[in-house]
Amino acid sequence: MALQSLDITRRSATTTPSPGQRQTQEVAKLIDISKCIGCKACQAACMEWNDTRDAIGANHGVLDNPMDLTANSWTVMRYAEVESGRGLEWLIRKDGCMHCADPGCLKACPAPGAIVQYSNGIVDFQEENCIGCGYCITGCPFNIPRLSKKDSKVYKCTLCSDRVAVGLEPACVKTCPTGAIVFGTKDDMIHHAEGRVVDLKSRGFVNAGIYDPQGVGGTHVIYVLQHADNPDIYSGLPKEPSIGAMVGLWKGAAKPLASFGLAMVGLGAFFHYVTKGPNEVSEEIEKEFEDEK
Amino acid sequence: MKNDPKKLLRYPPFERANHWLTAIIFTLLALSGLAFFYPAFYPLSQLFGGGVWTRVLHPFIGVVMVVSFGVMFFNYRLLNVMTPTDLEWLSHVREMVDGDDRNMPEAGKFNGGQKLLFWLMVACMALLIVSGVVIWRAYFSFLFPVAVIRFASVVHAVAATIMIALIIFHIYAAIWTKESIDAMLYGRVRRAWAKQHHPAWFRQMTGGGK
Repeated sequence: MALQSLDITRRSATTTPSPGQRQTQEVAKLIDISKCIGCKACQAACMEWNDTRDAIGANHGVLDNPMDLTANSWTVMRYAEVESGRGLEWLIRKDGCMHCADPGCLKACPAPGAIVQYSNGIVDFQEENCIGCGYCITGCPFNIPRLSKKDSKVYKCTLCSDRVAVGLEPACVKTCPTGAIVFGTKDDMIHHAEGRVVDLKSRGFVNAGIYDPQGVGGTHVIYVLQHADNPDIYSGLPKEPSIGAMVGLWKGAAKPLASFGLAMVGLGAFFHYVTKGPNEVSEEIEKEFEDEK
Repeated sequence: MKNDPKKLLRYPPFERANHWLTAIIFTLLALSGLAFFYPAFYPLSQLFGGGVWTRVLHPFIGVVMVVSFGVMFFNYRLLNVMTPTDLEWLSHVREMVDGDDRNMPEAGKFNGGQKLLFWLMVACMALLIVSGVVIWRAYFSFLFPVAVIRFASVVHAVAATIMIALIIFHIYAAIWTKESIDAMLYGRVRRAWAKQHHPAWFRQMTGGGK
């Protein structure tokens, strides 16, 4: 949020180092799905703190409300009813930005400084620099950013970067009544999650595990899943998310190489001209048509 | 006199106007598109009123391109059908580039190189239009799955790069071959020029005489 951040690790569409003199501790938000009761207090707290309000929608016959993330709803609860060996399971996942260590949105963004990554791992949109192209939506492996119809800027969870910057936990963490969402350093959160996994395994969830996908370099929002072998059952959590090969091709080394190539075409043409000379009408033919002059 | 009636009419006024409209539109598209292509080019967005305006304008300028390039394609498509002579011309292209056109087979209104360039530009433009629609976030992207949008983003960037290279080549060829810019500006060419560069067309226009 602040323009004077000194802890920027990465900045979109920027090829030189960003102000990064200050090194902060890497943080993470841990969402323990096994503890979530689906009360949506986190959704409410998110809107309260960020002061965004979604329009009142229609009832779709399910608890999901709103049905999807929007420019005003930066986190939503997704409710999945899954039949397993344990009978019917109600798997409730708080969806929102995962704050990837290797963020596809930031990689795809063409506007300098519209997306930044702080040294604490938070990936933040700087809407004043956003041009509304939607490339971040194309680059995101989790389908998170939402383009506002009101101002054509993209919005998503900030991991309450404004609160974290002054030593507070994110609003959703603060409000969660069951302790399903906790916040701290990434190391602490992994440690805490490991304890939860041991507990879940002891209670028969043999595939319990931590969701901290390495395909995007790990994330700064991590889940404890009862069924980590099959994240897809949690309303389509991708099993092995990564910045797609297409995005890599689109935003990788190809661009500077192509730019160089174009410069070479122009230079090549110039040097062709000065070495070979122009392609003119031969004197022979000129003579033939002397009367024309 | 630029439009001496003794000269041969190569491009009538409408074709010239449309060519230069396309040239202007292409320049605007290339500059605005490069702004998003690579960070080093982002300052080009200032030419269009900033990043947001560039993002808004680029696809609409593209729509004008669809029309003007479409008209040009329609005008020139039959003139650019490849013939065995054109393929023969292309097989001698190295000599041409070296500045020696004595062994070049006789070119018609357009030579083999121009025809190849034409079809490459048509192919790039077709890819740019289709992929451009897919990545036009404000109106169309919601219709497509993200994998298609990612693919289209790559196609758009690759086709644009090739297109810009082809246009640089096209502009250089016009500078290199003296008087051909005049042909597109004023429409008529000297008979000597026609006989030198497009002998088959020259014969067709003059019946073989002067």
